[in-house]
Amino acid sequence: MKILVAVKRVVDYAVKIRVKPDKTGVDTQNVKMSMNPFCEIALEEALRIKEAGFAKEVVAVSIGPSQCVDTLRTGLAMGADRGIHVETSSSFLPLTIAKILKSIAEVENPELIFLGKQAIDDDCNQTGQMVAALLGWPQATFASKVVLDKEKHVATVDREVDGGLETLCVDLPAVITTDLRLNQPRYASLPNIMKAKSKPIKKMTVQDLKVDIKSDIEILEVTEPPKRKSGVMVSSVDELIEKLRNEAHVV
Amino acid sequence: MLLDPSPSPSPSPTSLDATLILAEHESGSIKPQTVSTVVAANSLGENSSISLLLAGSGSSLQEAAAQAASCHPSVSEVLVADSDKFEYPLAEPWAKLVEFVRQQGDYSHILASSSSFGKNILPRVAALLDVSPITDVVKILESNQFIRPIYAGNALSTVRYTGGGPCMLTIRSTSFPVTPITVDSESRKATISQIDLSNFKEGSFTFLLCIPILNFSFFFKKLSFPFPIADSASKSRYVGCSTQDTERPDLGSARVVITGGRALKSVENFKMIEKLAEKLGGAVGATRAAVDAGYVPNDLQVGQTGKIVAPELYMAFGVSGAIQHLAGIKDSKVIVAVNKDADAPIFQVADYGLVGDLFEVIPELLEKLPEKK
Repeated sequence: MKILVAVKRVVDYAVKIRVKPDKTGVDTQNVKMSMNPFCEIALEEALRIKEAGFAKEVVAVSIGPSQCVDTLRTGLAMGADRGIHVETSSSFLPLTIAKILKSIAEVENPELIFLGKQAIDDDCNQTGQMVAALLGWPQATFASKVVLDKEKHVATVDREVDGGLETLCVDLPAVITTDLRLNQPRYASLPNIMKAKSKPIKKMTVQDLKVDIKSDIEILEVTEPPKRKSGVMVSSVDELIEKLRNEAHVV
Repeated sequence: MLLDPSPSPSPSPTSLDATLILAEHESGSIKPQTVSTVVAANSLGENSSISLLLAGSGSSLQEAAAQAASCHPSVSEVLVADSDKFEYPLAEPWAKLVEFVRQQGDYSHILASSSSFGKNILPRVAALLDVSPITDVVKILESNQFIRPIYAGNALSTVRYTGGGPCMLTIRSTSFPVTPITVDSESRKATISQIDLSNFKEGSFTFLLCIPILNFSFFFKKLSFPFPIADSASKSRYVGCSTQDTERPDLGSARVVITGGRALKSVENFKMIEKLAEKLGGAVGATRAAVDAGYVPNDLQVGQTGKIVAPELYMAFGVSGAIQHLAGIKDSKVIVAVNKDADAPIFQVADYGLVGDLFEVIPELLEKLPEKK
């Protein structure tokens, strides 16, 4: 079986972002970019399934500007077999991304699509659910454990939900989005980074895939969140309790 | 009165201001997040009519529906879908249900709370309706203009929905606090209306609509299923769940939240945090590090990928204050941080900071804090 993994290039999670002075967005020039952490987890899980002998091929897909090739190379260095890069100059809403992934899925025929549960830039948490809807496949979101049964052709998935953990069983093909605790992604070793350079990355455009681009959300402005008033340091527990009682009135 | 569920548009409310809310319920009552979503929906427009959609099966569903009818004065309608298909909140049948309900009523807005329930289902519905949803709305400016946080809350994005279909939102419940509603005629109304209505069960494959109860603004609709749910719906099955039953208040809506980080060092030590929470009548939270180390279960994680809290008092012990954690606590009214490291980033957002060893500070707090009822 084949597994498709969607990976997104985002501002590195450790970077303290800056809002552009003209309020059009967040400054991404000369900022360290890397693979979205949840996408790393998604890719790692696909690789583990392949290593366990359940899958033959892991294909990584990224949609975005030319630099997304770097993200794909990272994925290939981790162990993906090949990449698909849908090159675009504009950024798309999750619905359009889902449509692009759907048309790729129709060509590639994977039995599993892995995505991260959300991208840490737009924090949307939508794409996986949308791909599943468009394909008419079942979904298992926020996965913290995935067990495949090849004979029954199902995946049993533990999901992180508000009250604890929930277990679902979904028929394949299915879409799974990954939560933090699913696994610990591997680092790419130097030999694998070298090897990744010769792995194929197929270039495509949105036009090739005949996807209609939906832009029904307009960003009016991006601003900094309100700053909190600076606080005070106290020197003892007594002083802390006194402040909480008489100044903040919370105890 | 029976309504043919054919494509003809429903004669019901004006298309301008009708909101459908995907309601979440558990053991006979609707969840507080759903009520927050009603509060949010209420600010969409003055004439907005609000319908709650509940799905499930059996008596607990009916109980929840009854409670839903009186949960907020602005709820004008409760739609109940009672079927074994909805025994568990699976995304596949739920999404089909919403798509189906939307064919009957022309809703301008479809809302759910930004809980794991809402985030699981709403985007799936949105894709079926070919609409871009808006996640985690923290402020409603106009009926089509919203503010939502991006980059772990380090920026706020103001967006306008320009599409033709219904505007679909998930609501961050901490941004729309529920003010207690005084017991007046309004809440009495709801209690009365639910009793008889739950008996209307006949008419499979048809719609039983609008049973008007004199003087009451509530309608109950009993939906049954003239559409095949097969398709993707049966491709997903519920197996089970493990939930932690606690006596403590719910993390998402607690007035006080006490959080521990990696510095607690063990499950046993984390009990100190629990004791302090009990003393203050608060909920226990944790950082990712504490969850990963196995000190507490994952549903206590606070932050960008865990719960977002906004209590009156938030106390962090041994929490460094990573961007991802701060994303979940920034809207707390008073933040207290106790940490050994005077340079920990948490002190930059704390209203009161204390540099010290939490193993000394917590016992002292336990001893000196006044007892809560």
